Amino acid sequence: MQFYFIEFSYLLASIFFILGLKGMSHPESAKRGMHLAEFGMLMAIIGTLVHHEIITYTWILAGLAIGSVVGLAMGLWVPMTAMPQRTALSHAFGAFAAALVGISEFYRFGGHLENRVMMGALGFEVMLGALTTTGSLLAFAKLQGMVRGTPMTYKGQNVFNMALLAVTIGIFIYLIVVPGSMPLFFTMVGLAFVFGLLLVMPIGSADMPVVMSLLNSYAGLASAATGFVLSNKVLIIAGTLDGFSGFILSILMCRAMNRSMTNVLFGAFGSATTAAASGAQDGTMREVGLDDIATQLAYANKVVFVPGYGLATAQAQHAVRELADVLEKRGVTVKYGIHPVAGRMPGHMNVLLAEANVPYSSLYELEQINPEFPTTDVAVVIGANDVVNPDARDNPGSPIAGMPILEVDRSKSVVVLKRGQGKGFSGLENPLFFKPVTGMLYGDAKDTLTRLVQAVQHA
Amino acid sequence: MPLDDPVVQKILLISALYVFALAAFLGYQVISRVPPLLHTPLMSATNAISGISLVGSIVTAGAQYNTVSTILGFIAVVCSTTNVVGGFVITDRMLKMFKRKEIVKKD
Repeated sequence: MQFYFIEFSYLLASIFFILGLKGMSHPESAKRGMHLAEFGMLMAIIGTLVHHEIITYTWILAGLAIGSVVGLAMGLWVPMTAMPQRTALSHAFGAFAAALVGISEFYRFGGHLENRVMMGALGFEVMLGALTTTGSLLAFAKLQGMVRGTPMTYKGQNVFNMALLAVTIGIFIYLIVVPGSMPLFFTMVGLAFVFGLLLVMPIGSADMPVVMSLLNSYAGLASAATGFVLSNKVLIIAGTLDGFSGFILSILMCRAMNRSMTNVLFGAFGSATTAAASGAQDGTMREVGLDDIATQLAYANKVVFVPGYGLATAQAQHAVRELADVLEKRGVTVKYGIHPVAGRMPGHMNVLLAEANVPYSSLYELEQINPEFPTTDVAVVIGANDVVNPDARDNPGSPIAGMPILEVDRSKSVVVLKRGQGKGFSGLENPLFFKPVTGMLYGDAKDTLTRLVQAVQHA
Repeated sequence: MPLDDPVVQKILLISALYVFALAAFLGYQVISRVPPLLHTPLMSATNAISGISLVGSIVTAGAQYNTVSTILGFIAVVCSTTNVVGGFVITDRMLKMFKRKEIVKKD
């Protein structure tokens, strides 16, 4: 009876999880879907609490209480700009939990798991769990600014990493063939922890969306492997869904930068060595006056805002929405063009703008907005650089050649809001800034936008 | 039949593989329909959902196999619960921000 109760609660949970993710296809159905998933989770937890192997509840309840408090505090107070850090941290937590359950299972059987397949699954669980934990923690530190975001490289790095990985996998295979060695098992775990750090070290801030998705995938797969070890189906299903979601996102992110996964992981993009010169630029950057731009905007038919991560660092999301409001009141059509890698994690920019009360119907994806630029009067680029670099389209020799860009240079006029004359994350020169249609407006984005609002009101 | 019987083990493994393969297929279908607009909430939602490893941690923490297992299980419960609660709360918070045009105007 109890067996059926538990299994049935797991089955329900699995169904609700899938329905919950299915709801994610639209913002309106997503909210309802999440409530279903939450209900499913509750069912699974209640079902588990009656498990016959459980003897004491002290540690369980203490753990649930502490976790709930920490989770709630994090959930309620983490600002949207810090969402990538929070997500990295939660990947670390999830993966760490999986690794710990695996270690505990191994320890419990004294390392003598009779079944080789079981040992294989456990090895996967522990290795993936361990490397994701430290990798995510390093990603967290980089995103939080505790560690420099630039790639950390040294000579022979890739060779060293590969050698370490080979040793780890070697031990793993040995443990499957000749089970029982406790010291070897813990060596493997330790090496996996180190490997996680080494994996994320050479990856720069601009590539974080890919790494985040990849770590998401690993954390999910570690959970799925836990499901194999405990022969628990709901764990397999939830872990696999998570793993695949992360995998799909990382492919999408790579495609959005036109780079291969190998290149992201081992290329150390954005370090000094890859900052190739794109030839001398003709012409000069044309600086324009604020009032000039205000007039242009006020009398335009269609304005497209192209925000980059610079918008978020300047905390200018609300200012841009205010400007949009003023313009819309004057009858100007306002749209936002969002590049898939704008921000530090997939979809980050959309959340930041939604928080500033920008309706989601105004947010356009790359494929949707690009055909609209030729009919756009003013494209306003705010704190974005590489994602609007026409070299990616026109210059096959450019390091970012082939990367899909927002083609702002096709609009009638372009205004670039920029802190200074510096280069983007990739360290590349951007020919857009030298085009005759482009006007540069230097200064802090938030400040400039606020002054633009006032100027447009008086125009 | 006891659970550690080789025949039972084989059946369990094969059914687990079926579940994995089907879940992978389903995951691909469901996730590829999520628009880029919702990729951040998607990530925090899948994070919360994969906090289901909590069920494994709960058994480890409460079964009193040995002290080490109990301690590891306890830490695992804390970590997974943080993910479940934090993940769902944040996902809800984010999804509430995505408003239709008419609703934004009213605010």
